Amino acid sequence: MRYAETGYNLEIDLSRGNIERVETDPKMMETHLGGLGTSIKIHWDRVPPEVKPFDPENLLIFSTGLLNGTPAFSANRTVVTFVSPQSNYLAYPMMGGFWSAELKYAGYDKIIFRNKSPKWVYLWIHNDKVELRDASHLQGKGALETQDLIRKELNDPRAQVAAIGLAGENRCFTASIEQSRSSASRLGGGAIMGDKKIKAIAVRGTKDVNLARGAEFMEHMKGVTEYINFRNANPIKDVMTILQGIGSPQEMVHTDEKWHTENFAWGNARVRRKDFWSKENAQNWTDTQLDTVKRLISCFNCPQHCGGLVSYQNGPYYMMKCFGKLTYCMASYVDDLGFNFRILQRATEYGVDSFSTPQILAFAVELYEAGILTDKDFAGTSAYEACPSDKEGRFFWLLDRVVRREGIGDILADGVYYAARNIGNGAEEFDHNTVKKHEQLPLKLGMMDPLYYLMYSTNEKISITQIEGQWPQTPFATMEQREDFVRDWPQLPDDHFKQYLLDWEFRGEKANPYYPTPQMAAEIVDWMEMLHNVDDACCVCAGMSSFCLKPPYHIHNYPKLISAATGMDLDEAGLKKIVNRSRNLHRAFNNRRGMTRAEEHPPADHWKKRFPEIEEDLLSTYYRFKGWNQNGIPTREKLEELDLGYVAEDLEKRGILKNGQD
Amino acid sequence: MARIKKKIKTIKIDADKCNGCRGCEIVCSAFHANPQYSSINPARSRVQVITNRLQNKWLPVFAGEYTPAECMGRDKYIIDGKEYDECDFCRAACPSRDLFKEPDSGLPLKCDMCESDPPQEKPKCVEICLSDVLIYEEREEEVEEEEKPSDAESGLKALTDKYGLEMIADTFARMAQKS
Repeated sequence: MRYAETGYNLEIDLSRGNIERVETDPKMMETHLGGLGTSIKIHWDRVPPEVKPFDPENLLIFSTGLLNGTPAFSANRTVVTFVSPQSNYLAYPMMGGFWSAELKYAGYDKIIFRNKSPKWVYLWIHNDKVELRDASHLQGKGALETQDLIRKELNDPRAQVAAIGLAGENRCFTASIEQSRSSASRLGGGAIMGDKKIKAIAVRGTKDVNLARGAEFMEHMKGVTEYINFRNANPIKDVMTILQGIGSPQEMVHTDEKWHTENFAWGNARVRRKDFWSKENAQNWTDTQLDTVKRLISCFNCPQHCGGLVSYQNGPYYMMKCFGKLTYCMASYVDDLGFNFRILQRATEYGVDSFSTPQILAFAVELYEAGILTDKDFAGTSAYEACPSDKEGRFFWLLDRVVRREGIGDILADGVYYAARNIGNGAEEFDHNTVKKHEQLPLKLGMMDPLYYLMYSTNEKISITQIEGQWPQTPFATMEQREDFVRDWPQLPDDHFKQYLLDWEFRGEKANPYYPTPQMAAEIVDWMEMLHNVDDACCVCAGMSSFCLKPPYHIHNYPKLISAATGMDLDEAGLKKIVNRSRNLHRAFNNRRGMTRAEEHPPADHWKKRFPEIEEDLLSTYYRFKGWNQNGIPTREKLEELDLGYVAEDLEKRGILKNGQD
Repeated sequence: MARIKKKIKTIKIDADKCNGCRGCEIVCSAFHANPQYSSINPARSRVQVITNRLQNKWLPVFAGEYTPAECMGRDKYIIDGKEYDECDFCRAACPSRDLFKEPDSGLPLKCDMCESDPPQEKPKCVEICLSDVLIYEEREEEVEEEEKPSDAESGLKALTDKYGLEMIADTFARMAQKS
């Protein structure tokens, strides 16, 4: 019997419609855990660097994690992996919701799609019965609409459905995969799904997930439950509201948006409006939100309430979370929060990433204002009207064009990086907020921050919000506050981190950009990445772990939970080694596709005050700490230490590693 | 017959607070697994969260009595403008649907309030529901003492329910003659 995992994957060849249930090697769990870890291994083994994103050989893997379907709170993420059409690297957007547990209960750990279907299909998995069904009647339907239509068609209200909307069908590079109240949004998974002509995947499962030592597992979960109750009752002091609790930022509960609206940049990541949160705006936004959010909701087996079921002025219901509440308003300079609720409804049905997409639209508006795009680009045709001149109408119009790939929208649909180069004529200058061709959060700040420098530059995620979290974003003002914070901090991997926090100041030698020092910054970032990688292998929500301060899950309780669930006897060092192996394999996969130091830097204008020497030192120190050469490639020594000698050989054969060293 | 005190166990369901997480289903199936906590399968749970997210419907329902036959008619409720499907509020394991049946055997499931030895302080679903949707209450009521049927009587009653009194009587007579 297999524990925690089911021990079976579905292998689906879309070109022939062939479906196979394949037993997996139990050894894989010991070396790569599950979720992102085991998926990376499959991509490494089966997707050579010559494969382009829209080639049939680009694998699209939907994976559960090791703890999905167990009683572990918040283990509900699905990790979707593929070579991204935008970055050309191995992307791994994740979604919460209810889908991955259902897949486990149906008896599978992963679905591995290869090749392309000749016609539109959806996959229906009901325990042992798995079939590709015609989806021609669903073409053009919204991503949420499709989920309900399929449930109705199957006459199974309990089926969980992940679907793409029109954006995915049209291979927009920011197309998301939508499912229940969640979505796998970043880096174009929806485009790959659409390229393979998969409209949706519906799952219903009624089988058991087994625990090796169930009673012991529940005993460990008691501690986690007590801590969740404690933290919900005792928010962290002296940090901003959305960092005080656990779960993803409680944007559906909190109405105070002073911090986001005044610290994040509006438009195409341009302007900080430091007086936005006036009494009047605060009142309007609060009223709008309270009137629109109808219910606070969660993902599978999670006690938090990070999501909202929303309906603006009794319009259609949809579900939202987090920063998506603000992105369209801020990108378009519209001061009415109602606009965000209205346009996000359409964007959710279209299935687009609500981080990247508003920035693409704002980028187009800027190009128009700069005369690089002209009225000709915003003209109507027999199929649609010309672009309205008001801010709101313009955004709706641009969203429609992008998703439908009509006119200028066809160029914009490839994202800011490619659109800028395609439009030319100076448009490249306006692509000022991408890293590795991917739109970043609209943040433009003052002083270079060593930790964020490393996280923006180096992580495989290429999206800051899913790398950060364990370390406070700013120092505490007084020694009393610092002592108070470090006093009760059992999540720390090692006690010596406490001193780093105690010494951290706002100004002077012990402040940004000099402090934390490159060595300390490397250690802290490594810790954050390590925990994110554990979460992503277990498919536990980062909101209950790596993405928040003092979370319920951490490096000290994870090994116990994983051991009790799987029957492996894993300690902290063992767990760290496994996820380090995954990270290095992921890095090597990307190195093989061309990722090097040359690309590893934040946007040039991310901070006003830059320190090229310190920044180079940060990168070099971090690479050394990771056991990588100065080009950001794992050394043979490091790879062998992680039992990845075969990877070193491959990298050497391709001339990416020379003599195994620098 | 004597009047006795009987403990009435209630789970009050504040459905407005339900965030739809289905943690109750998970812990129920784990607690009732054999050995305890060895497996999880919400389809075996004796509580099910009836959900239609886009219609804002979230309704935890507990498994009640098994019924051999479905109702003669069905009801639909409209509450706060939301139309609830037929049978949504019903607790029965019934031939009309697959709810509250063991997925392997089809045998009916029934909430037992997690009665066990040693006794639990409260049912597991209540304990795990951190959103305070499920609230456990106990009260005592005075009832007429019922005479507990013997095992033999219960067994015969079940057979009679299934095959009819006449067949059981015939069979009994035949068996009596043979012996």
